Amino acid sequence: MSDAATIPQNETWTLPSRGIVGMACLITAESAIFLIFVVAYLYYVGKSLTGPMPREVLDLPIFTSICLLSSSATVHFATSALHRAARSATTLWLAATVLLGAIFLGGTAVEWYHLIVYDHLTIQTNLFGTTFYSLVGLHASHVIVGLVLLSLALIFSAKGALTREHTNRLEVIALYWHFVDAVWIVVFTVVYIVGR
Amino acid sequence: MATQTAPLPLTEPSRRPATAVLHEWITTVDHKKIGLMYIGYALLFLVVGGVEAMLMRIQLIRPENHFLSPLVFNQLFTMHGTTMIFFVAMPVLFGFGNYLVPLMIGARDMAFPRLNAFSFWVSVFAGFLLYFSYIGGNGLYGGGGAPDVGWWAYAPLTSKVFSPGHSSDYWTLSILLAGIGSIGTAINIIATVVSMRCRGMTAYRMPLLVWLYAVMSGLVLVAISPLTAAQIMLLLDRYLGSHFFDTQAGGSAVLWMHYFWIFGHPEVYVLILPVFAFMNEIVPVFSRKAIFGYPAMVAASVGIGFVSVSVWAHHMFTVGMTSAGNTFFVLASMVIAVPTGIKIFNWLGTIWGGKVQFRVPMMFSIGFLFQFLIAGLTGIMLAVAPFDWQLNNSYFVVAHFHYVIVGGILFSLFAAFYYWYPKMTGRMMSERLGKWHFWLFLIGFHATFDPMHFVGLDGMVRRTFTYPMDRGWGHLNAVISIGAFIQAIATLVFVYNLVHSYFKGAPAGPDPWDAWTLEWSTQSPPPAYNFAVAPTVESRRPLWDLKHPEDPDTLYE
Amino acid sequence: MSLETIVSSTLSPHMLSAFAGFVLPPGSTSIFNPAGTPAHSIFSLSMLVLSITGGVFVVVGGLLLYALLRYRHRTNDPGSNEEPQQIYGSTQIELSWTVIPVLIVVMLFLATARIIFATQDAPKPQNALDVTVVGHQFWWEFRYPKFGVVTANELHIPASDAQTHTPAYLSMISADTDHSFWVPRLAGKTDVIPNRVNTMWIDADTPGLYLGQCAQYCGLEHAKMLLRVYAQTPADFAAWVAHQQQPALEDPSVAEGRAVFEHNACISCHTVRGTVATGTFGPDLTHLASRDTIASGSVPLTRDNLHEFIANPASFKPGVLMPPMHLNDHDLDLVTDYLMTLK
Repeated sequence: MSDAATIPQNETWTLPSRGIVGMACLITAESAIFLIFVVAYLYYVGKSLTGPMPREVLDLPIFTSICLLSSSATVHFATSALHRAARSATTLWLAATVLLGAIFLGGTAVEWYHLIVYDHLTIQTNLFGTTFYSLVGLHASHVIVGLVLLSLALIFSAKGALTREHTNRLEVIALYWHFVDAVWIVVFTVVYIVGR
Repeated sequence: MATQTAPLPLTEPSRRPATAVLHEWITTVDHKKIGLMYIGYALLFLVVGGVEAMLMRIQLIRPENHFLSPLVFNQLFTMHGTTMIFFVAMPVLFGFGNYLVPLMIGARDMAFPRLNAFSFWVSVFAGFLLYFSYIGGNGLYGGGGAPDVGWWAYAPLTSKVFSPGHSSDYWTLSILLAGIGSIGTAINIIATVVSMRCRGMTAYRMPLLVWLYAVMSGLVLVAISPLTAAQIMLLLDRYLGSHFFDTQAGGSAVLWMHYFWIFGHPEVYVLILPVFAFMNEIVPVFSRKAIFGYPAMVAASVGIGFVSVSVWAHHMFTVGMTSAGNTFFVLASMVIAVPTGIKIFNWLGTIWGGKVQFRVPMMFSIGFLFQFLIAGLTGIMLAVAPFDWQLNNSYFVVAHFHYVIVGGILFSLFAAFYYWYPKMTGRMMSERLGKWHFWLFLIGFHATFDPMHFVGLDGMVRRTFTYPMDRGWGHLNAVISIGAFIQAIATLVFVYNLVHSYFKGAPAGPDPWDAWTLEWSTQSPPPAYNFAVAPTVESRRPLWDLKHPEDPDTLYE
Repeated sequence: MSLETIVSSTLSPHMLSAFAGFVLPPGSTSIFNPAGTPAHSIFSLSMLVLSITGGVFVVVGGLLLYALLRYRHRTNDPGSNEEPQQIYGSTQIELSWTVIPVLIVVMLFLATARIIFATQDAPKPQNALDVTVVGHQFWWEFRYPKFGVVTANELHIPASDAQTHTPAYLSMISADTDHSFWVPRLAGKTDVIPNRVNTMWIDADTPGLYLGQCAQYCGLEHAKMLLRVYAQTPADFAAWVAHQQQPALEDPSVAEGRAVFEHNACISCHTVRGTVATGTFGPDLTHLASRDTIASGSVPLTRDNLHEFIANPASFKPGVLMPPMHLNDHDLDLVTDYLMTLK
């Protein structure tokens, strides 16, 4: 190249991590999908032709929500620990995250069991059933995917295979998990507060 | 810089067994091979979609014709639209993007090569799944298998009640999968553009093609996802008995329309932005001038991306929205005309004062410029909601969007083929055959799509397998149909040119067009690793600076 | 005087019809041949739009053509091997070609908004005729709630005259999939959607027959779901209404045919007022023979066509929802003759 280089060769040329950028793009796309389900939920509030109605059958899932949202903190601690190369702390925090996520899923399963068996609310029952199960179910499926990823990370960490060099990759998974939790805040607000 | 000095042997017949070659291509994660496979796949479906169009035009060549039954016709227009959008336009544009973006930013490959391969093969599977419907589905009234609900698949026509059997499901599933492939590629392109640029290539030194592919990919992320969501809802309705679009249970048919067009309108911008990208590279080279107003072109492209997600309901002016709602979408649709018009003016500014060479890529580009101008103007007409109350769902709309897609996108794609074929294969395409291709296609295109505006203005409705005798539409429809055949012949000339030039074309060398972006600095075709030494750039046109050290772009940027 | 009226009165009727006639004989469904108030206002607006877009095409296209010719590479020029001067942009020029389109857009938008509000939010006059339109696969049901009249496929409205403006207000809903009501010479189209009532109004300048068809793909026979609007003088319209209000004519000479009709499944889908036939799935046949066409406007009503249609509806419209009735020839003749008396 010519001598008049505007970037001296010894200066660093750093670009954002492709993993984080890729995950941010995936989050953008997934947000759009969730938005469409949220719009359907809000549009159909109060429009069911038959019961049961949300007010009659929905209880606020406070405990499970606290578990899920706390798991964002625990996964953050896990990545900080890995960054410090504190391997056993990483394993511990990852285990906590998986446990909290599993409690959330379990709580959802119990809630759905009650709704289906005792309240006779299914996806076919009315517009409320349709939009409720699809939106909460879409979120739950994302929780499951996240738990699979986190469990794999937990297994690798427990085996001692995770090193400081993997921090960026764990951050990518953590970013996904934060997204899942943020979506829950929106779903909770729409379904259990606005929609009731 | 990695300019090759020693001549390379060209396209020697491979002495490896065919199975080894096949294995290499099926398992490749190289962006250039994947790009070529996308392009080849799209060309195959272009021929299929073209045959579907010709069959429809035979049926419509005269009124009350009985060449095709209504069911077959309805399947054909559904399959033609779906094929052309999802299995021709998207793959070919992703193919060019895959091939060119890493080369233009001086990178070795895309950010996620395995995701790249996955996205491609999912899309391939999706295309074949759609066509499997001819065998596997049962359409309306139990006759034939392919979907016949139109490519928008409006509810409640797609409910189990009105579409028994599986034809609609093949439509839904194949597009769902194609969408997943598209989202994967979009993620890849953005991550590549953000994280893999060579040293010195700041955002404002990226070629405009790279900018436009980045914006297009962002649009894919927010546009395809709504369709994916709506299709999940449709599947839930059809198989789990949910009521998203079930009007008997209080559901809304209009909700599907909103969701579809929130995808559908940005989708057409997804298709046109890469086309702008090609023009931004080709027009300057054949005018021998830098693009006029690079910053404005960047701003206009990003602006188009943003505004395009706010105009969707101009496809729904007739569904009974409030006057305020209609008025908003009129405004948004007209606003988007401004940055689009600016682009045309900037191309005009690029040509002005240049030295225009009428080689085949430029001829197709000129066709694009005039035809896209007309298409944009008929678009403005349609944005005037009361005018659209007359023209919606008439042949005027069909004429408008084919002017954009064929007259704009396809012409520009042809230009891109002739321009980058030498880089991809090491050989030049035949100029003589190219000129035959151009003139035949131009004549056929105008014979088909110019009269179509007039039958639309006269009240002819679209998606109709026939039309009444007493309306006087027979002559123009005959001209329209003949034009389709001329375009088919022109396409055959093009395909022959592609194949013949691969074996007998003149050797191209690294830089046959005397161009200025990084891909022209490597061999033709590029080695697997793209660049022997990772490049460093200091301006938008690194090769211009090399060729004109007395007047480099760095002085002006 | 509005801008679009000025433009349209300067340009339109003669120039456009002449041009249209050159390309296409001005047909019975051309949007450039308006015959009702909404169609007229759309026409005026469209003239404005066409002038502007036409002007833009001439200017921009002309400049492009000029640039391509003037700046083409001439090999015999001195200095033809040198690159031309590189110009990277011009803030002044780029600003002006941003501002001018913005101004055009603002103007066009305001003109459009005016027509949207004028048409959609027009107050309903007292003497407006109320019609309920129900879209079916693949026929149109028309109900006149204030008169107790139900008919199919052929909509009768009173025409306006110089003194009195008599619009017909249509309340539209679909019984199945999406349809769209389009009679180009009278008004723009409005979609007919299940679980959603859409309203529009039409009026006709002069008495006459106005053609249209369903304009939203609704299934197999979408192409044959035609529309016929008969605008009549107020006197003729009143006479038509009075006639339609009568129950079915009883003609003893076709009593046998009537018996065949009433003993078959016909009565479960069709209504013939004053008889046991009270089905609502198919068109009301009380005054079938007073209509000009059958199969939703796709074939004229003649004895032969009716005969063939009843024997096998799919012969005209494959996929139509009426099944073949499998009557023997004798019964078929009787029923056909009976229906032909239902004037």
